[in-house]
Amino acid sequence: MKLITAIIQPHRLEEVKKALYEQDVNLITVSECLGHGRQKGVDEFYRGSKETGNLLRKIRIDIAVNEDFVDRTIKAVIKGARTGKIGDGKIFVVDLPRCIRIRTGDEGPLAIG
Amino acid sequence: MDAINTGDTAWVLTSSALVMLMTPGLAFFYGGLVRRKNVLGILIQCLGALCIVSLQWVLGGYSLAFGKGSESFIGGIIGNLNGFLLNGVGFEPSPYATTVPHQAFMIFQMMFAIITPALAIGAFAERMKFSAYCLFLILWSFFVYDPICHMVWAFGGHVRNMGALDFAGGTVVHLNAGVAALVACLVMGKRHGPSHLSTHNLPFAVLGACLLWFGWFGFNAGSALAAGGGLATSAFVVTHVATAAAGLSWAVIEWIKNGKPTTLGVITGAVAGLVAITPASGFVDVRGAIMIGLLVSVFCFFAVSVIKAKFGYDDTLDVFGVHGVGGMWGAIGTGLFATKAVNSGGADGFFYGNPAQVLIQLKAVGITILWSGFGSFILLKIIDVMVGLRVSPEEEVLGLDLTQHHERAYTILE
Repeated sequence: MKLITAIIQPHRLEEVKKALYEQDVNLITVSECLGHGRQKGVDEFYRGSKETGNLLRKIRIDIAVNEDFVDRTIKAVIKGARTGKIGDGKIFVVDLPRCIRIRTGDEGPLAIG
Repeated sequence: MDAINTGDTAWVLTSSALVMLMTPGLAFFYGGLVRRKNVLGILIQCLGALCIVSLQWVLGGYSLAFGKGSESFIGGIIGNLNGFLLNGVGFEPSPYATTVPHQAFMIFQMMFAIITPALAIGAFAERMKFSAYCLFLILWSFFVYDPICHMVWAFGGHVRNMGALDFAGGTVVHLNAGVAALVACLVMGKRHGPSHLSTHNLPFAVLGACLLWFGWFGFNAGSALAAGGGLATSAFVVTHVATAAAGLSWAVIEWIKNGKPTTLGVITGAVAGLVAITPASGFVDVRGAIMIGLLVSVFCFFAVSVIKAKFGYDDTLDVFGVHGVGGMWGAIGTGLFATKAVNSGGADGFFYGNPAQVLIQLKAVGITILWSGFGSFILLKIIDVMVGLRVSPEEEVLGLDLTQHHERAYTILE
């Protein structure tokens, strides 16, 4: 089992969701976060004084999948999130030792789907 | 000329303040309905109208709108520039309002000139460059608002001379703004990305709509330009009744069609009701007001849910669907339900033995649509060449707040 975490641009969320549904990946958790990569955020002004390097809004998507779903999930996120411009985000994949469905107590691959 | 009446003056000044509050009210109405990244873009555009059009009005706008035109055909379209910096607009009464200082009438009318272009903001929300918007405000005030205002309300104006009834601005303000809005969203094209709207703060929109409702008493009852005699009271009453009927009517339509009434539906209906009763408010009784209010939601609901979907134009906040269509219905409804029993200075409508009034109203609607439509189209094309109307796709993605103003409305972290 793997936990796939994607940090994407907020306006690509709908496209990413669409691409995931096409690959039959339906169980996702979405949260809002702040961050910046190479583009170093944005400038803001407060009564004439400039503040640099403010963080940009990003969307974080967490998806727990079984091994046979890893590649298609990654591909779907890329398909939905890529614009080719700086700021498109990142995907992190980590091993997931355990997964439990709270309602039934199911464990492991059965609990993910 | 009559002497200045203190009660009338107090009412016109109070009404001016009420109408002023409508533009910030509109800012919250629209601001709540856009995505979070564009809310300041809406707020500052409304503030921009307050700042820029106010100066335009004292520099020449008022004189062009209400000044005496030449004796030729042009004189029925536009006034003059003699009133530059309010030259000749002092504290003696004017022919337009014979019991209040001329400047009181001027400042009351200024608030109408401010809110009209601000109403159009909703159609091109989330994608217009701020520089282009400022140019639009100035040019549109001079070349679209001032002439239409002159034609409909000034002595010698062509539409006024036809006998068209527009008590508080159904054509001048709402139809005018609605048509300009439709033209603007067609010229500018759709927003990028998902075309559905993510309302970011519906309570803001409710607050804004209720401020509009409140301010509208100044808009309509203030247009009596006198406190006494019952006309202001009558306009106040029918304004409220029509708005209540329209808010209820929209909710019932949703209830029947979609199974549940919505908060957004009630405020949309209420605003549509305010729009529709505007031209009629000085000419109809409570029966006319209820009919105008109940029916406007039917027409506007159809416009925003069927017509807009069919043609696919991106009128982001339904300015055409509510103000354009509501303004049209209001003008026609005035021709149907007007009665001299309410206002002896007005006319009887269709249901009071004068079917010809409907035709006159339709002519006024047609002239407004043509002038506003062509005028707005030409001005927007000129502005597009000068500075470009739209922000870049990258800026649109990031939002107007950050890219046009280097600010954001909300924080996630402290």
